[in-house]
Amino acid sequence: MPAAPVRELDLDLDAFEGPFDLLLTLLLREELEPGEVDVAAIVLAFVERLAERDEIDLEACGEFLVLVSALLELKARLLFPDEAAEPDALEPEEAAEELARRLAEYRRMKEAAVWLAERLAGERDRWFRLGPAPLAPQPERRLASQDPNALAAAVRALAEPPPAVSLGHMALRFPPVSQFLDRFRALLSRRRVFDFESEVTGLSRVEQAVAFLALLELRKGGEIAISQAAPFAPIRISRSWPAAAPAGRSPAPPAPQEHEEGFGPADSERITTWTARSA
Amino acid sequence: MDSTLRLIATNPVDHLARTVEALLVVASAPLSVAEIAEATEDDPERVETALGLLRERFSERRSGIVLEEVAGGFAFRASRGASGACARLFERPIERGLTQAALETLAVVAYLGPCSRPEVARIRGVAADSAVASLVERGLISEAGRESGPGGAVRYRTTPLFERVFGLDSLAALPRLDDLGADSGRIRERLLEVSAARAS
Repeated sequence: MPAAPVRELDLDLDAFEGPFDLLLTLLLREELEPGEVDVAAIVLAFVERLAERDEIDLEACGEFLVLVSALLELKARLLFPDEAAEPDALEPEEAAEELARRLAEYRRMKEAAVWLAERLAGERDRWFRLGPAPLAPQPERRLASQDPNALAAAVRALAEPPPAVSLGHMALRFPPVSQFLDRFRALLSRRRVFDFESEVTGLSRVEQAVAFLALLELRKGGEIAISQAAPFAPIRISRSWPAAAPAGRSPAPPAPQEHEEGFGPADSERITTWTARSA
Repeated sequence: MDSTLRLIATNPVDHLARTVEALLVVASAPLSVAEIAEATEDDPERVETALGLLRERFSERRSGIVLEEVAGGFAFRASRGASGACARLFERPIERGLTQAALETLAVVAYLGPCSRPEVARIRGVAADSAVASLVERGLISEAGRESGPGGAVRYRTTPLFERVFGLDSLAALPRLDDLGADSGRIRERLLEVSAARAS
């Protein structure tokens, strides 16, 4: 008698007095308002009945829980008719139908569980291997065919230190002033007057600057005269010694041999100083 | 034993049958014909022929190993005659301690899956968290996505292991749900009958 405690459960509520299943029937027939039923009192009565018994009928308990929960749901739907939930639309008749449908659904699942249990018992003499992992399919990854030497060469190229960066362009290299001293002296020995620009055309800015220094040096020694008609006008250089070097002047106008040998010690000293400063 | 070997040796799919046998020995889960055909790089029809030979060889009362068709594939198991010795040596961790609640939950998932814990709870009338966790741990059910919408509950379905443990070829081997239990009409009628008897 699995459901005996549920059926035999006598209730003494404000709204109803009698067995539990009659209460359910009256609710299904809409002869009793679910809102008037004190569900907590029903639960208390059932628990007291359980306490009187020595052993617990789990199936009866389960059925009671299902019925009471359905009853609670029915009551909640009627107590909160404005809720947007689907029960809102259910009429008591439909609610009863829903209750019966759910009970049937649960019973079917219960029967299915019984079937599974029987099936399991029947399969107890089947033994098979259980592995930790059934299968480990490895997705195939096909790579394009490659030459290992090409890969090695690529790695080797990466491993090599990069070539040292040249900083040569950052240092200015000055040609010696003596070079232009000789050049201008040679020129002045042939011509009395020349234009500076025409002589330095094609040279770099640094070379032009050194050439101008040579001019200044010659001017300082009194060997030449420098004139310019206007700012940015051509710089005209004229020889200040007519034929031979003035006495006591140094450097002397360049004789061919002297020209070959260069300039005096004072010049060398100055040239070195300029070069060092410029550098 | 010699006669059995001769049976395979004289068959045109002899070599394939031996390869299939090796695959089944290594496998820890049933192998489908398609999987075997892919692994052996052979024709599915020839694989089925080889499986037929192996079923004949590995059958009850002929071998301690039995080839069975289960869970959508083929797998070896011990012969039923050896079950006593197996039971003395081995454990059955999956079935051990499977409660009524777990069986009911398993039935709901098997018939209605993929379904979520709230769905199971709605049908059974009690929370299903513990039963679901137990079944997942045993490998009988596994996650199968989520219900649609944000924060959708995890859904579960039975695994191939479930079919293997219960000896089912597939879920279609379960009895029809309509054949189980009473329908709602009968329940309602019974309630009304009880009510009428009380009222009279």
